Amino acid sequence: MEEPNEEPAKKGNKISRRKLLGGALAAAIVPVTASFAKYVQTGVEVSVDPTKVQGVPPGTVGKRSPFENPLRKPSDISSRTPLQDFFSTITPSDLHFERHHAGIPNIDSEKYELLIHGMVKRPMKFTLADLKLFPSFTRTCFIECAGNFRTGKEEMTPQEILGLTSQSEWTGVMLSTLLREVGVDPKAKWFLAEGGDAALLTRSIPIEKGWDDAMIVYGQNGEAIRPAQGYPARLLLPGWEGNTNVKWIRRIEISDEPYMTREETSKYTYPVNGKIRMFSFEMDARSIITYPSFPQKVERGWIEIRGIAWSGRGKIVKVEVSTDAGKSWNVAKLQEPVLEKAHTYFRFLWQWTGGETEILSRAVDETGYIQPSLKQLIEARGADLGGYHMNPVTAWRIKRDGSVLFKPEKYK
Amino acid sequence: MQGKLRIKAVYVVVLIGALLAIFLIFRLWTGNVKEPASFGFGKTATASEIAAVDFDIRPDGKGLPAGSGTADTGRLIYIAKCASCHGENGKEVKGIKLPGPPLVTGTAKSKAKTIGNYWPYATTLFDYLKRTMPYNAPGSLTDNEVYSLTAYLLSANKVIKENAIINAQSLPNVVMPAKKLFVIDDRKGGNEVK
Ligand code: HEC
Repeated sequence: MEEPNEEPAKKGNKISRRKLLGGALAAAIVPVTASFAKYVQTGVEVSVDPTKVQGVPPGTVGKRSPFENPLRKPSDISSRTPLQDFFSTITPSDLHFERHHAGIPNIDSEKYELLIHGMVKRPMKFTLADLKLFPSFTRTCFIECAGNFRTGKEEMTPQEILGLTSQSEWTGVMLSTLLREVGVDPKAKWFLAEGGDAALLTRSIPIEKGWDDAMIVYGQNGEAIRPAQGYPARLLLPGWEGNTNVKWIRRIEISDEPYMTREETSKYTYPVNGKIRMFSFEMDARSIITYPSFPQKVERGWIEIRGIAWSGRGKIVKVEVSTDAGKSWNVAKLQEPVLEKAHTYFRFLWQWTGGETEILSRAVDETGYIQPSLKQLIEARGADLGGYHMNPVTAWRIKRDGSVLFKPEKYK
Repeated sequence: MQGKLRIKAVYVVVLIGALLAIFLIFRLWTGNVKEPASFGFGKTATASEIAAVDFDIRPDGKGLPAGSGTADTGRLIYIAKCASCHGENGKEVKGIKLPGPPLVTGTAKSKAKTIGNYWPYATTLFDYLKRTMPYNAPGSLTDNEVYSLTAYLLSANKVIKENAIINAQSLPNVVMPAKKLFVIDDRKGGNEVK
């Protein structure tokens, strides 16, 4: 049976009626009256005028249009989200970026348990059903991998440069509710979060975050969280580096000290002026123009420059766009509502007269932090920059022929 | 005089009563019910249930099990269970990409981050190996094997003497060369690039 989504359809391709209708209709026409069936079965391979034939009947699960084919870009250890394909800030769940250290575990939600113990009055375990009984809460925020930045060549898409960030509407229980339930010792300062994958990935988290806005989430964009995002439940630490948002969370141990796990010492740390900086939890404000971008082409005239900006420290208050290689800056329009610790869509209307130029964006968050240039980062941290927590302003080159190329800046 | 005071007192009582009534009605209206101290969902976890999954190790040694190991024994286990992915001696080999990262500091030319030049705590090694190595059979090592592999990797990185015995007492006392390099991020946002 042919599936409409099986092969990427090119724009402008004629779509055969069999492909469009799929097998479901073919089966459904059997009991229909002969005169109706006559209409449906004529002209199998002609190009279809959708106003002249009946469409696909109602089904159980929806599919994308055969004319749309957004895809993640996987490597051995991660898969990047197609930022350039989105019109707004929610990432469709099946396109959320992936990063894991030992693959995606297959967890039976019936057997799932979250254990909370350590410096508590009463160590407790919660099934998924238990977690769903507690008062629930929904919030929209981004999750971004701390290693989210690639550069190096002109032929790079937003997906390849910054595709390790995604945004969902998450639903679950506030961690503070669970901490009250187990009775956390007031002397506690940290907690260890442990995932139930083959990495048994662990991170130490300051307990204040647990009392503040941390959540145990089981819902993603209205449905059960996807396996790649932590099914059946993950830790959500709004604004904090992706790795701390431990997926498949199975255990929380309350402590008065950090554990100094491999993920917070050997990994997710970076050189700063001869020292090694650790526990960089909050993601610094940044932005990227997703349109126009490589490999798109633009034409002379009005262009709406579009992109996303976000900060782990709160709201984005301003995004500035330069269309003259950073000589002057203009304030972009922000799409309301602007949420805390969330991808924020920005737009700036620009009339391109055909000259070669560079377009850039820079984000400002509510703490007053201004997204730095690569040069500023090198001045502040030294030339030996690592790969984590790199948030430089990035530029696109617009060529005279309308082609758009990434401007790779050398470092190291 | 007396009478006036009494009237004032009555006023105050009536006022407080009215405010209380307004507050209670408002709470009913908005459905703003305070969360109880406990919901009673979930079960108490038993000591054996916790012990089955709680084997994390802190830098002060809390969590280290009984047992011990030495580099000699560790080297044999390494050859059998680790070398296929991390290389014969754990060092970076220029031009060859092994399935696992380098673990042992090589020549001065090698920039690879290893246990010897980058890891701040020796206890992390025990915790990590027990948790997830070998990659193709995570959680399969015995505590004595983990102690031995820890001793071998610390000795290969020249952090401890070749004949040192690694156990719950000695491991937290190992001072790692990179420890002094680590600083905790103190950035708080604001108009500053750091
Ligand atoms: C099948 C291949 C494979 C085998 C066998 C294997 N490892 Fe690994 N090892 C890896 C991979 C892959 C990683 C990186 C995992 C990640 O990225 O989270 C790793 C990571 C490590 C690290 C962390 C390195 C760092 O700098 O953060 C240590 C230590 C380690 N392995 C030790 C061992 C030991 C000891 C053994 C033998 C008991 C072993 N490994 C067996 C593949 C392997």
